[in-house]
Order: sequence, then C-alpha cells, then structure tokens
Amino acid sequence: MINQVYRLVSPRKFEITYKDRTVNKGNRVVVRPTHLSICAADQRYYTGTRGEEALAQKLPMALIHEGVGEVVYDPKGEFKPGTKVVMVPNSPVETDEIIAENYLRSSRFRSSGFDGFMQDYVFLKRDRFVVLPEDMNLHVAAFTELITIAMHAISRFEEKAHGRRQTFGVWGDGNLGYITALLLKKKFKGCKVIVAGKTQYKLDNFSFVDEVYNINDIPESIGFDHAFECVGGKGSQYAINQIIDHIIPEGSISILGVSEYPVELNTRMILEKGITVIGSSRSGQVDFKNTVDFLADNQDAVDYLERLIGSINEVNTIQDINDAFEKDLTTSWGKTVLEWKI
Amino acid sequence: MIYAEILAGGKGTRMGNVNMPKQFLTLNNKPVIIHTIEKFLLNPDFEKIIVVTPREWINYSKDILQKFIGENDRVVVVEGGRDRNESIMNGIYYIESTFGLFDDDYIVTHDSVRPFLSHRIIKDNIEQVQKYKAVDTVIEAIDTIIESEDGEIISNIPKRSIMYQGQTPQSFHINTLLNYYNKLTDEQKEILTDACKICSLYGEKVSLVKGEVFNIKVTTPYDLKVANAILQEGIAHD
Repeated sequence: MINQVYRLVSPRKFEITYKDRTVNKGNRVVVRPTHLSICAADQRYYTGTRGEEALAQKLPMALIHEGVGEVVYDPKGEFKPGTKVVMVPNSPVETDEIIAENYLRSSRFRSSGFDGFMQDYVFLKRDRFVVLPEDMNLHVAAFTELITIAMHAISRFEEKAHGRRQTFGVWGDGNLGYITALLLKKKFKGCKVIVAGKTQYKLDNFSFVDEVYNINDIPESIGFDHAFECVGGKGSQYAINQIIDHIIPEGSISILGVSEYPVELNTRMILEKGITVIGSSRSGQVDFKNTVDFLADNQDAVDYLERLIGSINEVNTIQDINDAFEKDLTTSWGKTVLEWKI
Repeated sequence: MIYAEILAGGKGTRMGNVNMPKQFLTLNNKPVIIHTIEKFLLNPDFEKIIVVTPREWINYSKDILQKFIGENDRVVVVEGGRDRNESIMNGIYYIESTFGLFDDDYIVTHDSVRPFLSHRIIKDNIEQVQKYKAVDTVIEAIDTIIESEDGEIISNIPKRSIMYQGQTPQSFHINTLLNYYNKLTDEQKEILTDACKICSLYGEKVSLVKGEVFNIKVTTPYDLKVANAILQEGIAHD
C-alpha cells in the first residue's frame, strides 16, 4: 500500500512523500489518525527555531506526536475496525528493568527522530496505542500525550519524593501547568495547590486551584512541600530558582520544562535545603494507560481539560496544515487541535 | 452496503513489450494492483472488494493476492467483460447473485492502476455517492484542453477554468447505474465508455470529488518510472 506521509521539508513547507507499507504484517495494527494536536516542539521545527544542525539532520519529517485515531485494519483481528485509540509516540527497541522506555537512549520518538502522525495511515505495534472509552471527547483526547507528560512526572514524583504531600507549588501558567495542577488536585485529595505564572489572564483560568500568584508578586511566606516546574525555555531558570527560594526543606522539584540552553541554578540552596531535583521527560505506554484510565474515571477533569481546546481546525489540504500551524503561533491559550481529514 | 470494485480488465497494450497487463507490473517489488487493493482494505466501510480481471488472469490474480495479502474474505476476484462498463456490470452481477441488490447499495469503482489514491478521496466518494447517486473524481485541468474533430485542425478551445480531468474512483448508486445501463442500445454501449457519462446523459446529477495530481494512472513505461521514483524518494529520507 502506498501511504501518504505529510512531511515538513524545510521551515513552513510541507510536502507529501509516498511510502510503501505492508498491510498484512501481523504485529502492526493500521490506524487512521482522526484528531491531532500541535505541540511546542512541532512549532520549533515548523518555524525553524530548532537550530540549523537539527533541522538538517531531522527534516524531512512528518510532525505531530499528539493524536488519536481509529483502527482500520488488524491482520490478527484482535482490534475491531472503528476502535478509537490514542497513539503512543515513543518507540522503544529494547527493555530495561530499571530504565523506563522514555529514558532509554535507544528509543525513537515520533516527530523528533522519525515520522510523526501526519500520515494517511499510521502502522503501530500492538503496545503502541491504548484503546479509548467509546464516549471519550476526541478533541480532548487529541492532546492525551501532553496529559501523559504530567501523569508521568507525578508518577515519578510519587516514587522518589518524601511522603508529606499537603502543599504543591506549580510554576507555569500554560497548558502543561494547567494540566499538572489539575492532576495534582485530583490525585492528592485535599491537597493545596499554589500556581505561579506571569500572565494574569492565563492565571485566571486556574479556577480549581487554591492560590494563584504573579511571579513578581509572591509573598515571602509562601511555602510548599513539593513543586513542579512547567515553564521551559529561558524562563525555567527564574522559575526553578524561585521555587528553590520558597520550597520547604527536603522537598522535591520536578522539572518538566524543556530548555534549548543550559540554565544556572542556585545549587547552594539546593544543598542547604536538601532538595531532590527530579528530571522528567516525555512518557511511555504505561503513562498512556494510566492517563486513559484517569480520564475515564474523572469526567469533571475531562470537562476542565476541554477548556484547554484553543481552536479546532479541519484539515483537508496542505494549506490547511500551514494555516493551523500559523494560527497556533498566534494563539496564546490552549491547544490547537486538527481534525485530520486530508 | 458499500462495495468497492477494482477494475483490472486491461491487457496492457500501452506498456510496450511485456507479457503482462500493466496492473500486474511491480512497483517497489509489489504488483501495482496489490498496492491499490490494500488501500481499499484499509477502509472498513467496504463490505466486499471485487476485483474484475480478464478470465485468463483470474488464477494469477488470486495467486498474488494470496502471496501479498493472504487469506482475506473481503476480497473476491471476478471475471471482467469486453469493455470497462461490462466489467463494472460483471461486478454488479456478482453482487446481485451473491448478496442480492438493495436500494441502499453503492459501488466505488477504481482503476487498478491508480495506486496513489488517498484515504480522503475514498471517503469523499463514499459520502458524496450517498447524496448524489453518481460521483466522479476529478482534478482541475492543468494543460489547456484542445478539441479537434479531425485531429488536424482545432475545432474548439474550451475555457480552461471550467475544464477538469477525470480520474477514479467513480461511484454509483447501484440500482441507478443498472437502470440507465440497461436502457442503452448495443450501439450506445460501444460508444459510452464512461459510466459517469451514462448517468449524466440520462439527466442524473454527477457530483465532483476533488482528486489529487498524484493520483496518477500507471499505464506507460514512463508512468511506471515516475511511480517508482516517487516511492524511492520516500525511502531515501528514512
């Protein structure tokens, strides 16, 4: 079968490539993508800010690693056509009893090391998708992968941090900050969540948390047991140092924000306070399973997540893809969801 | 029910000195027709995928289906007719005799030598045919179309902006097509080689689905070269 793959060939330019695929390979299930969502990492490729070397090495490549689809063909007949699934972008080639699949250096990641989900059909191994509940809101499910990032970070936190979990600080008023704060509120019943950000109208959306602060206006007395940094970029330096100032000794800081450049941290205070810094990146199949179960059990969380849908864009042509990416660049709140009809 | 019909009646005269009809020539080591059938297999809406092929190529078709796709009860091979429309009708007669014909039966017919079609084109055909009863897949004319009655002098140059080039799939409400086809005289059947034209002549509104420039028909050695080159490009960047 000749599969259409919609690849970014250079910044802001998509072209179709045609790839021969075998439909009847027993271990692969064929999925038609239906709802996709744009991530900041995709935008770094699209706009060309990823750095010339990385662009030269990785392009042409199909973007998008957040998405859901429908099973159209399973050579083994295990999954019925029409089954709605969320696709897992991480592709491990080995297993390790200590190192999770998303930290194995050999693992490949869609729209980073190889083609993402912008294809006519995606061929997935049986452990690279998770079946969604029938009544799932697919516009929310489109960005399940982003939710798994927070889910994964919280799972790591649960394994590694001390057991007093009454107060949390979340730095970052964007999509990931919103999701992380929401998941903390839901998972640790009765906990207090404090969110710090720099944009008031974004902070206004965090109606479910206990306190929100502008980063320039955080009272001296504010403290918390543990913190999650969801800022990324240059801002993560200020965010992490501010967290270090306010965190109660022996707390943990989970770092989720990606920065292109190394950041300087106040290590003296990390030492003095005995802080545990937990790095967290991407997610694996188990996080997808946990996230789908969580969404199935927490309809009110799905309702809150619905508020993160920034725009819904029907994609019928390559021009529609460009338009959606451009629109995403000018959107200051929420996720850009693509209805994949090309 | 929605059926797919893959038209593989050709005997390959345009492909030059090869002993095999063009639909069986290989594209990246797989027969062109298999690429095409696989694309239809990925659409669960199709109850059956009927492959119509010359009688002497039926066994061969079954053999390569077995080799490349394996056992699949959604795909059947049926003997084609003397021309395109007769082949389409043979597929319809197969449906009639096997499942019976009902008023909500539709058929999406497609050239076996157009393996590049996309999910969207098939989906649009299925949606449109249920609204309009007849659907043609087209692209806007790229070159200026020249009309010449005698092949020597221009008799007309139609306005390019309203000209389209026909591709496939062509899709039909089966009873509607059957009804019009049965009204044709033998002489008309000889001339009217396009099933959409038959529908159009009888006043049926034939809806247009947007095709793609890449939905090419692999019928000449040049096309095969182009098709192979297009696929190789995809592999080079993996």
